[in-house]
Amino acid sequence: MSAFGEPLVEVEDLVTHFPIREGLLGRQVAAVHAVDGVTFSVGEGETLGLVGESGCGKSTLGRTIVRLLAPTSGDVRFQGRSIARLRARELRPLRREMQMVFQDPYASLNPRKRIGSIIAAPMKIHGVADARERRRRVQELLDVVGLSPEHYNRYPHEFSGGQRQRIGVARALALRPKLVVADEPVSALDVSIQSQMLNLLEDLQEEFQLTYIFIAHDLGVVRHVSDRIAVIYLGKLVELSPAAELYERPIMPYTEALLSAVPIPDPDLSDQRERIVLQGDVPSPIDPPSGCRFHPRCRYRTDVCSAVEPPLVDYGGGHLAACHHPLGVDDETLARVRRAAPVTDAASRASP
Amino acid sequence: MALFIVRRLIGLVVVLFAITVLTFLIFFATPGVDPTRSLAGRNPTPETVAAVRHQFGLDRSKPEQYVLMMKRLFISRDLVSYGNQALKVVPAITAAAPVTFSLVIGAAVIWILLSILTGVLAVVLKGSIWDPLLMIVALIGISMPVFWLGEVANLVTQDRLHDTFLFSWVPPLGYTPLTENPWQWFLHLIIPWLTLAALYVGFYARVLRANLLDVANEDFVRTARAKGLSERRILTRHMLRTSMITFVSLFGLDFAVLVGGGALLTEVVFGLPGVGLLTYRSLQSLDLPVIMATVIYGAFFITIANAVVDILYARLDPRIRPT
Amino acid sequence: MTAAPPPPLLEVRDLKVSFNTEDGVVRAVDGVSFTLGQGEVLGIVGESGSGKSVTMMSVLRLINDPNAVFEGEVLYKGRNVMDLPEDRMREVRGGEIAMIFQDPMTSLNPVYRVADQIMEAILTHQAIGKAAARTRAVDLLRQVGISQPERRADDFPHQFSGGMRQRAMIAMALANDPDILIADEPTTALDVTIQAQILDLIARLKDEFSSAVVLITHDLGVVAGIADRIGVMYAGRLVEFGGKRDLFYDPQHPYTWGLLGSIPRLDRPKQDRLHSIAGMPPSLIDPPAGCRFRPRCPHAFDRCETEPALEVRGGGARHLDRCWLDPESKRALRDRTMRGESAAA
Repeated sequence: MSAFGEPLVEVEDLVTHFPIREGLLGRQVAAVHAVDGVTFSVGEGETLGLVGESGCGKSTLGRTIVRLLAPTSGDVRFQGRSIARLRARELRPLRREMQMVFQDPYASLNPRKRIGSIIAAPMKIHGVADARERRRRVQELLDVVGLSPEHYNRYPHEFSGGQRQRIGVARALALRPKLVVADEPVSALDVSIQSQMLNLLEDLQEEFQLTYIFIAHDLGVVRHVSDRIAVIYLGKLVELSPAAELYERPIMPYTEALLSAVPIPDPDLSDQRERIVLQGDVPSPIDPPSGCRFHPRCRYRTDVCSAVEPPLVDYGGGHLAACHHPLGVDDETLARVRRAAPVTDAASRASP
Repeated sequence: MALFIVRRLIGLVVVLFAITVLTFLIFFATPGVDPTRSLAGRNPTPETVAAVRHQFGLDRSKPEQYVLMMKRLFISRDLVSYGNQALKVVPAITAAAPVTFSLVIGAAVIWILLSILTGVLAVVLKGSIWDPLLMIVALIGISMPVFWLGEVANLVTQDRLHDTFLFSWVPPLGYTPLTENPWQWFLHLIIPWLTLAALYVGFYARVLRANLLDVANEDFVRTARAKGLSERRILTRHMLRTSMITFVSLFGLDFAVLVGGGALLTEVVFGLPGVGLLTYRSLQSLDLPVIMATVIYGAFFITIANAVVDILYARLDPRIRPT
Repeated sequence: MTAAPPPPLLEVRDLKVSFNTEDGVVRAVDGVSFTLGQGEVLGIVGESGSGKSVTMMSVLRLINDPNAVFEGEVLYKGRNVMDLPEDRMREVRGGEIAMIFQDPMTSLNPVYRVADQIMEAILTHQAIGKAAARTRAVDLLRQVGISQPERRADDFPHQFSGGMRQRAMIAMALANDPDILIADEPTTALDVTIQAQILDLIARLKDEFSSAVVLITHDLGVVAGIADRIGVMYAGRLVEFGGKRDLFYDPQHPYTWGLLGSIPRLDRPKQDRLHSIAGMPPSLIDPPAGCRFRPRCPHAFDRCETEPALEVRGGGARHLDRCWLDPESKRALRDRTMRGESAAA
C-alpha cells in the first residue's frame, strides 16, 4: 500500500443510466442503472482493479471515465479538472491522456487497415509528428510490445489473438497517455498467453509511468495486477480495498462468494474449501432490488438489508465496504465505524 | 399491438400526404407542363382554353387545386381523366386492380415454391455439379429483363410455335376475369406468371441458399445434430425455419411493390389491363389525375404490405416485437 | 481388486483427424488414445488449437467437413463408432452420448420454445407420446434447478439468462439418460459465480443419472474439483495423462508445469512475475520434428529431437507423459518452474 501520487482520476457519485423508451412519442419508461453512484479515486502510477460479473456496470464505468460515454450525473475529474460535462471539442486534447484497451482482440482492430496504420492513427488524428516520425514511433511501439517492427505492413487477420491484443496495447500507448483503462484485456486469451500479456502490462506500466484501471471478472488476474481493488455489483461500489487484504479479509458477502467461486487448481484445497454457491442469477439493472442490491442472493440477509441501502464505511487501512453485516468484523469495530460518519467523498477519495 | 396499428395508420396518412404532395408538385407545378393543351382539343380558341381551365380548376391557386383533386379522389370519387373525360379515375383503378392481383399473386405462388425448391436443392447437393449449375440458372433468370423475356415468350407462344401442340392453347394477349371463365383466366395468365416469376425465382433461390449456408454454421444447428436429429429434420425444422425470416421480409417488400403497380412492364408486354398498364398509359399521355391515383394506390399498398411484413417478422422471430 | 476391471465405456485408439486446406494438411488431432470408464469424470485440458474439441466432436462424428480425414478407432461399448452407419450413429448421438457446447447464448434455436427443443431431443430417441415428453421436459428443467419450470418451459431462449440456458442445455443432454455426457467448455462463457453453479450441477447430476462425463476446458481450476482423471493436450496430442492428484501434485511434463505456473493463484501469495510459457502454439500444418513442445520448452535437450511416446515414465502407475527428462531432473526443474524461477517469457 505504497503512497501513490496525487489522484489522477477522481470519480464522484457517478451515475450512468441508459434510458429505455417506449410508446408513440418515445417516452422514457425505465432506465438501465448501469452505474448508480460510484465514488473513488486513482492515484498516479497506481493500478486499480475493477471487479464484478457481467452486467455489473464495470465496463460502463470504465467507458464513462474516459468519456466514451457521457455520465447522467455526478462528476469525473482528471488531474483535478472536471471532465464530466465537457463537450467533444474540449475533450479532444484530453483524449491523448486517457486511452482504452478493449477485450475482444478480434473485433477491436479494423480488419481493412494495416497494423502500422492502426497504431499510427492516434498520432495522425492529433497531428503529432510527420509521417516519417510516426513510422519510427510505430516501429518502436511494436518492439516495446514484443512484436517485430517488420510486421508494420501486415493485416490483423495475420496475427493470433494474443498478438492482436499487443497491437491494441501499442495503439493505446501511441500518444503516451497517463491513464490506460483496460477493459478485460486478457479474458479472451489462453492461459499461457494471458500470463505473457500480464507481464507485459506490468513492464509497460513501469517504463511509461502509466496509471491503470484494470477491469476484469477473473479475480486471480485482478489480484496479480492491482494495488487496490474495487468490487462492483449492479452499478454500486460494494467494496474497495488494497489487493492483498481483499483476498484475506473480504468484508462484503458478495466478495466472499466471488472468491469462493474461483476455481483453485489444487484438488485438496478445492475439496476442503468452503464453497458458497450463490443461488439465482444476477438481477437486472433495470429494476435493481431495494436496499442492499445483493440481498436476494445473500445468505446472511436480514430485514434491514432489503429496506435500507448500506452506506460505504471505512473499516480502517483504506478498506471500505457497504454491508449491514460485514464479515469478520468484531462488534467493537462495528460499533466504532457505525458511530463515525459514513464514508464521505473525501474519505473514499483519499489515496491509501 | 394496438399501439403498433395506431402508429402504422398515422404513418400511412403521413406517407400518403407526402406522396400526393410530391406527385402534385412534380406533375402540376413543373414549369412547362400545362395540361390545358391536351384537354382543350385541337386548335382551341382562347375562350375554349379559358373555359377548360375554369372547368378543371386550373385557374385556381396550386394549393386549392391540390385540395380539389384530393376531394374529388377520395370523397366524391368523381375525378375524371384528362385524356378521356368519360373515364372516372377511381372506378378505373378498382377495375384494374383485380387484374394486377391475379398476375402478381399467381406469380408469387410460383416463385415462392420454385425458389424454395431450388435453394434447398442447391444446399443439399452442395459439393456436386448441381449446386453451381442451379445458381447459374438462377443468375440467368435474374439477368433477363422481364420485357425482353416477355416479348420472347410472346414471339414463341403467339407466333413461331403457336401452331404446334406445344402452344396452340395459348390465347391471344389479353385478360379474362376469374369470375367469368376460370379456365381462360388461367390460360391467359400462365405465361405471364412464369415470365414474372423467372426474375424472382433466381433472386430468391440465391438468397435462400446463402442464408441456409450461413445458418448451417450456427451453434444451434450443431446442437440439433448432436441431439441425433436426421439431416432432413435439421434442414427443415432448424435451418429453413430460421432462414425464412429473411426470405419473408424480402418477399413482403417485393410483393408490395408489384401489387402497387410495379408489374408494369409485364402487363404492357402481355396486354393485361392492370394498374401497371393504366399507369403506363397515363404517363405516356400525362394524364395527371390518373397518375395521381395510381401513385396513391401504389403507396397505399406498399405501406400496408410493410406493416404486414413487420407483423409476420415478429411472428417468425420471437425476439422481435413489432414497433 | 481381484475381479478383472470392466471394459471401458469409451476407448479412443490412436485417433487422428486432419483437414486438407489450401495451406496444407492441418493435423488437428495427431494420435490420441485414452479410455473412459463408467461413471468416471475425465478432464481434457488444453488451450486453443490443442485439438481437444475436435477429438470429442469426432467421437460423435459431428465433424461434417468434407476435407476432414479420420484415422484410428473410437470404441464405444466395444463397437467402432467410425464404422457405424449414419442412422445407427444418430441413435447414439443424443441417445447414448450427449454433448453440450460452450456458448449457451447461441446453442439453442431462438425461434422455438425451450420445452419444444427438449421434447425434440426426447421424442427423437424415445417412443413416448408428446404429453409424456412434455412432462419429462418440465421435470428435467426442475432437476437442473430452473425455478417455476412449468411456466418457464414455454419461454423462448432469449428470455433465459446465460446460466439458465446452459442448465437447459444440460437438461436436454441428459433427457435420454446418456451413458456419456461430453461438455465442451461449458462454463467458459459464464460468470464465475454461475460457473460454480453449473459445475456443481454437473457433479450432482452425473451421480443421479449415472453418466460418465468428459469435461473439456482450458481452465485447470475447473477440473481440479470435479475430475477423476485428466489429460493435457498440446498440438493435437496428449502430453500428460493421469489421475487428478498425480497431475496436480506430481506433474511430469514441462507444458503442464507451464500451465500450472501461469495461473495467478488465489491460494498462494502474490508472485512478482507470472511464469509464462515463451513463444506461441505451433502450426498444425507443419509441426516441428521431435517433441512438439520443444521450441517453447526451457528444458529441452538433445534427446528431444526424437518424439517421446506417451508412456509411464516416472510418475507412478497409470500416469503417462511425453517427456524424456528423467524423473529426478523433472522434480527439480518442476519446482523451479512453478515457483517462477525458471526461464520465463
